[in-house]
Amino acid sequence: MTTTMKAPTANETMGRSVSAALSSRPGRIAVYILVFFWTIPTFGLLVSSFRPEQAVKTTGWWTAFIRPHFTLHNYSQSLSSQPGSDDLAHYFFTSIKITLPATIISVGIAALAAYALSWMDFKGRDWLFVAIVGMLVVPLQMALIPLLRLFTHGAHIGHLAIFPYLGLKNNVAAIWIAHTCFGLPFCVFIMRNFVASLPREVIEAARVDGASHLTTFGKIVLPLSVPAIASLCIFQFMYIWNDLLIGLVFGGQTNKPIIAKLVDLVGTRGESWHLLTSAAFISMVVPLIVFFSLQRFFVRGLLAGAVKG
Amino acid sequence: MGTLLSVLVTIVVGLGGLLLILLGLYWLTNFLPRSWRERGRIAVFIGPTLFLLLIGLFIPALRTIYTSLLADPPKSKFVGLKNYRDIFAATDTRLTVFNSLTWVVVGTAAVVLVGLVVARFADGMRGENTAKSLIFIPGAVSLAGAGIIWGFVYAGPPFKVGLLNQVAKGLHLPDSLGGTGDRLWLLERGIGGITPPAAAPGFNTFLLIVIFMWASAGFATVVFSAAIKGVPDTLIEAAKVDGATNRQTFYKVTLPYIRATVITVATTTIIGGLKAFDIVAATTGGNFGTSNIAYSFYFAFFRQDRDGLGSAFAVLLFSLVIPVVVVNRRAQKRAAEIAG
Repeated sequence: MTTTMKAPTANETMGRSVSAALSSRPGRIAVYILVFFWTIPTFGLLVSSFRPEQAVKTTGWWTAFIRPHFTLHNYSQSLSSQPGSDDLAHYFFTSIKITLPATIISVGIAALAAYALSWMDFKGRDWLFVAIVGMLVVPLQMALIPLLRLFTHGAHIGHLAIFPYLGLKNNVAAIWIAHTCFGLPFCVFIMRNFVASLPREVIEAARVDGASHLTTFGKIVLPLSVPAIASLCIFQFMYIWNDLLIGLVFGGQTNKPIIAKLVDLVGTRGESWHLLTSAAFISMVVPLIVFFSLQRFFVRGLLAGAVKG
Repeated sequence: MGTLLSVLVTIVVGLGGLLLILLGLYWLTNFLPRSWRERGRIAVFIGPTLFLLLIGLFIPALRTIYTSLLADPPKSKFVGLKNYRDIFAATDTRLTVFNSLTWVVVGTAAVVLVGLVVARFADGMRGENTAKSLIFIPGAVSLAGAGIIWGFVYAGPPFKVGLLNQVAKGLHLPDSLGGTGDRLWLLERGIGGITPPAAAPGFNTFLLIVIFMWASAGFATVVFSAAIKGVPDTLIEAAKVDGATNRQTFYKVTLPYIRATVITVATTTIIGGLKAFDIVAATTGGNFGTSNIAYSFYFAFFRQDRDGLGSAFAVLLFSLVIPVVVVNRRAQKRAAEIAG
């Protein structure tokens, strides 16, 4: 699990003569077929989402090109907060309210831990790092329900409260904490590996100048770690935005993220199931924008993150 | 605009509050006696992580193991391994376990295969990056969204949007609904007149695995592609000079060289397949014999109020992850030795 992936090199974008010779005609055809197969389901739903209700319900999307008639009506219907509409704009904002802080908190706290694990001296430091990374193997299902109970009931031994009831039921802070807890082992792993590889002379020069830990961390370690932080933030952002289970369990009705709302719609749409098309795309637009605009960072994070359990 | 403002306020207050708490704690260390000051500062840096992992992961996991040994509420008395025996005794829950194993074996094999095919043959091809991006897009959207996209492909009567039925009609495939080319793909366990036994995965489970493969192959492709490009040119050229064909070069040089990467991707995919709850939730809701362990876990807690059984499913999931990780570590070590 701890093998570091090879980072993509300059070769990645340039075809090489040697590798070009490896690619054969049947091989290329196989790639084209796979690309077609991988694209067509999304494309079909995209086309459907721009078709009028009647057309979606009576014909397949592939007939849309014979007599093209496209409309944005499904989208306005999905986003509208009128009674009977899905009010997806609201859930969209809820997702932002969950995802942005949860991403920043998990990466920030992991960065603090990474600094301590790399540049502060204390006994059992390496052992502690192994223990934290070891938590990667615990599936979040193992911890989900007891953590939920902790937020909704507090913790007691007999009548003695050992963890106070914080009234965090369906509170957005509870979702932030849940995402942070479950994401931390991975974030600490990535951040620690990067922060530990910073040049020792730079850190020690700061110490000699009398810089405190806080100054060293804020003025030297954080700025130097921007590449790792950027990749990790994008990775966490996508992961949290696309999450269903935590949103479903911790969000309840008051802080339901858009993905959880989307799954709700599957079972309850009834007559207006055609709106599922536009709803699905509204939930996908943010990850798609992030992917296309920050592909380079995202792929780098992915390669480093090939160990996420 | 009111919503936007409240979202902004929540974010700023939440992040600002946390920052102030951390800075405040750090400032407080100044008042500690000199010999404790450094220890206090270490605690401020590493403490939040340890605290969150303790209350959010470690203790809850122990608690889940304990709950899995209790009867379902309201009785909640100690029953030992009864919940685990129940999982394997009842046909529907046993099917759940077999379904998960099928996800792992078939899904992982398919993902690795597709990833290798695309990474190998797209390498150096015109439009390589576009091809890889298109394969990757499903991996950027949620698994729930992937489930919905494919729900439309698999849709059957009365809905006319189902692409698969259209293809089946075009190919004149026999179907179970009287020869119209219309089939309820996700609802029917059998195919071609053959119905699998009650405790064996149905055909519809394989259709869900296709969604998983579709969503996961992009990740495998990107990682394999980077690994293949990392194979030194000198190795490839040496093989060519010795007269090796493209195929021989791939199997004898490239594949052994990227072995560790293949193992890593397989491990990640296996664990992803075990945890894939979203796809089931967004398509069949676990009906028609398509549930898997991750979905049954959710179903037991939130639909059946069976905490003991739900916890047993969670522990079962965990106990399936452990051997995968152990085998992975051994294989990685061996791969490292081979690579020298």
